[in-house]
Amino acid sequence: MNAAVRSPLPREAAPTGHDQPLPLPERAAGTKAHNGLAVSVRGLEKHYGERQVLRGLSLDIARGSFVAIVGRSGCGKSTLLRIVAGLEQADGGKLDVGTSSCACEQRPDIRLMFQDARLLPWKSVIDNVRLGLPRSALPAARAALRDVGLEDRARDWPAALSGGQRQRVALARALVHRPQLLLLDEPLGALDALTRIEMHALIERLWREHGFTALLVTHDVQEAVALADRVVVIEDGAIGLDQAVALPRPRARGSQAFAALEDRVLTQVLQQHADRPDAPASLEEQTDALRLATARWVI
Amino acid sequence: MSTSNHIQLHRRFGSTILPWLLPLLILAAWEYSARSGLLSTRVLPEPWAVAKAAWHLVQTGELWSNLKVSAGRAFAGLAIGGGLGLLLGLLTGLFVPAQVALDTTLQMLRNIPPLAMIPLVILWFGIDEGAKLFLVALGVFFPLYLNTFHGIRTVDRNLIEMARSYGLSGWRLYRDVILPGALPSILVGLRFSLGLMWVLLIVAETISSSSGIGYMTMNAREFLQTDVVLVGILLYALLGKIADVAAKGLERVCLRWHPSYQ
Repeated sequence: MNAAVRSPLPREAAPTGHDQPLPLPERAAGTKAHNGLAVSVRGLEKHYGERQVLRGLSLDIARGSFVAIVGRSGCGKSTLLRIVAGLEQADGGKLDVGTSSCACEQRPDIRLMFQDARLLPWKSVIDNVRLGLPRSALPAARAALRDVGLEDRARDWPAALSGGQRQRVALARALVHRPQLLLLDEPLGALDALTRIEMHALIERLWREHGFTALLVTHDVQEAVALADRVVVIEDGAIGLDQAVALPRPRARGSQAFAALEDRVLTQVLQQHADRPDAPASLEEQTDALRLATARWVI
Repeated sequence: MSTSNHIQLHRRFGSTILPWLLPLLILAAWEYSARSGLLSTRVLPEPWAVAKAAWHLVQTGELWSNLKVSAGRAFAGLAIGGGLGLLLGLLTGLFVPAQVALDTTLQMLRNIPPLAMIPLVILWFGIDEGAKLFLVALGVFFPLYLNTFHGIRTVDRNLIEMARSYGLSGWRLYRDVILPGALPSILVGLRFSLGLMWVLLIVAETISSSSGIGYMTMNAREFLQTDVVLVGILLYALLGKIADVAAKGLERVCLRWHPSYQ
């Protein structure tokens, strides 16, 4: 079923090129969605104080594809995502999202899922889902909750949900805006292994139905290979490996091809550690501290 | 099922009856020592005499009219001082320039105990209503100011970042994220303020007044009516308790999303 038909909300005008073939043949058969934003990153630079986090990083992401970014803590993968989301400004380079070159804050067609669900504890589940939307969006919020299988928890407080359920609500909150680009910042990092596998299936299904472009940052190589069309390893602020994943979906984690790919990516990630054993482990924390220090407080 | 009901019953009994056990014991000991002559009625009349005095005051309407005057003063002071504290706390919490301009001054003033101001207050306002309102307002200002400021500053920045990225800004960001996030702290400030409110009112009314519970007790002291003095004191205790229960009720309603209120 086409996502556009299911949606009670008027869809944002999709980028041009409905008649263009989808870039990935394996998806064309399974979905009828024709949206998603392309992302183009050219020579992106970012530093916090003395420390350079991104060193001329370039990356192209095709419309409607699912790209996973893997790397060690502090390699700059989260920073890249935050820049694409418009939460931070790059110090140099060029970023194009869709037709606009501005990844300004508050673009309704770009939505970000955080590592923690970041639900407002004082709002009910349904009110969290329709955050920032008028009352008339209530049916859409309900539909989004149904999509993630939590319709019966609409009236509950977030505190009453489990970690996995909270992330599902956060996913519904992102989807109700009908994003063309969904950014996932280690959204499953805090969940247990079984819940993660369930969430993988859910995210994959929603991606196929809605047809948005997905950019997933994770440190879990298996997760990246299970979900993505392409796995990009970032090391030290630049791309170390760009690996296409041409396995058919849904993917069997036990298969030989899967294991081989996982091994290849993992070797790449581990190897960079061997190269730089002196790299401080808490770079990410340092970055966070700097972010907080520069945060402004005026609404 | 029945076991859990039983446990629940036990719990309810424990939580409603247990807190009152100690006051009742004290009351019993008091009554006993007054009757046995251990305590002279000049020092402490027996509880029964206090109850009779209270009933007498209710019948003459004296109690009610004094209570109304005192409560009026207390809440007017709370409205002025607390309202101002809330307002300034919001201002300095939300806007960095306001904090830079105001916070140091306010922190200095905070270290002056309100009661130390009494001589100055009498010089400024004389001994009429203005002085009492000023003292109460000054005392309740700081708990609300400090807790509002602190509450706003400690709202989870991640939530604010999330809300911004979902398109909330200005008034909506304030209404949906910042204010609810600061509310637990603001309500703590309110409870502190309510406690201070009665303390300051008692002092202000004891200094000089021609109406109110403080006046009633000071008047009774002159006529050696220890029982009426005790009625006044107990009345203050009761009013303080009512204010606290009201504040707790407000917390339960406003913070019903909070895991510790579920």
